[in-house]
Amino acid sequence: MSAATLPFVWITILGLLLAGLYGLMVLRNLFKLIVALQILVKGAILALVAAGHASGQIQVGQSLAVTVIVVDTVVAVVALALAIQVKRRVGTLDVRALSSLRG
Amino acid sequence: MSISLTVLTIFCAVNTLRANSLLSAAIWLAGVSALTAIFVYSLGAPETAVIELSVGAGLVTVIFVFAISVAGEEAIRVPPLIRHPLAWAISGLTILLLGSFLWPIVAITPAPSPAAATFGTVFWEQRGLDALAQIILIFVGALTLLSLLGERSKTGQATTISLKETIPPPDLSSNGRPVREKIFPPPEVIQR
Repeated sequence: MSAATLPFVWITILGLLLAGLYGLMVLRNLFKLIVALQILVKGAILALVAAGHASGQIQVGQSLAVTVIVVDTVVAVVALALAIQVKRRVGTLDVRALSSLRG
Repeated sequence: MSISLTVLTIFCAVNTLRANSLLSAAIWLAGVSALTAIFVYSLGAPETAVIELSVGAGLVTVIFVFAISVAGEEAIRVPPLIRHPLAWAISGLTILLLGSFLWPIVAITPAPSPAAATFGTVFWEQRGLDALAQIILIFVGALTLLSLLGERSKTGQATTISLKETIPPPDLSSNGRPVREKIFPPPEVIQR
């Protein structure tokens, strides 16, 4: 990749991080929260590989990115299983319904 | 091409969050994963790009579709957790700070990587502990999934769903009616 395209990688990383962070703050559907988390992690993966490319250690960046991909997938699977259990027990995917505290 | 990739990736990410149905959101997320894989490949990381494409755009999408089919669609049209202006302000400020930390990615001239180091050498020898942790994490995730989705009887004993218990034995006595009707009873309507 040429140096002229690195700013676009930087913009993409920030765009993905912004979308994921905004989604985590605003959304209430459990499945959509997991989707927003996935977008956030995609930005982090791209940032790891870009950092490896910039430092001249692309193989180390790749190894870390693969680790993050595996961890992210396992987190998504377990989170979806928990969301399915929440839907079965509570009857809704709204995170507000999970709170047992009453103000 | 980089401009179009950037615009497409951010467009897919925005549509993932704005999608009305969960299935549409899962499909848009697959698009984000595919475009991220293209970016990763263009940065000189083909192995990571292949893994991101197959796992992120393939496996995760299938898992999402399966989970949506089990749990069902649910449209939640209520106020957001945090008000939109506040959420924009917090996320915008965070991204500005992150952007300043990530700026060296653009500012530093990429140094040539050592020719002797291959992905396999680095992954299995230098980052061997990471590989071992990933294997353990996959097993832990699979066991957690089985325990979360396993059925429990009233006594608390774990049970498995047996096909013999759910499908009744066929009644082969005709009574003047076509046998096909009895062997294949009409499907039950499952109400969620």
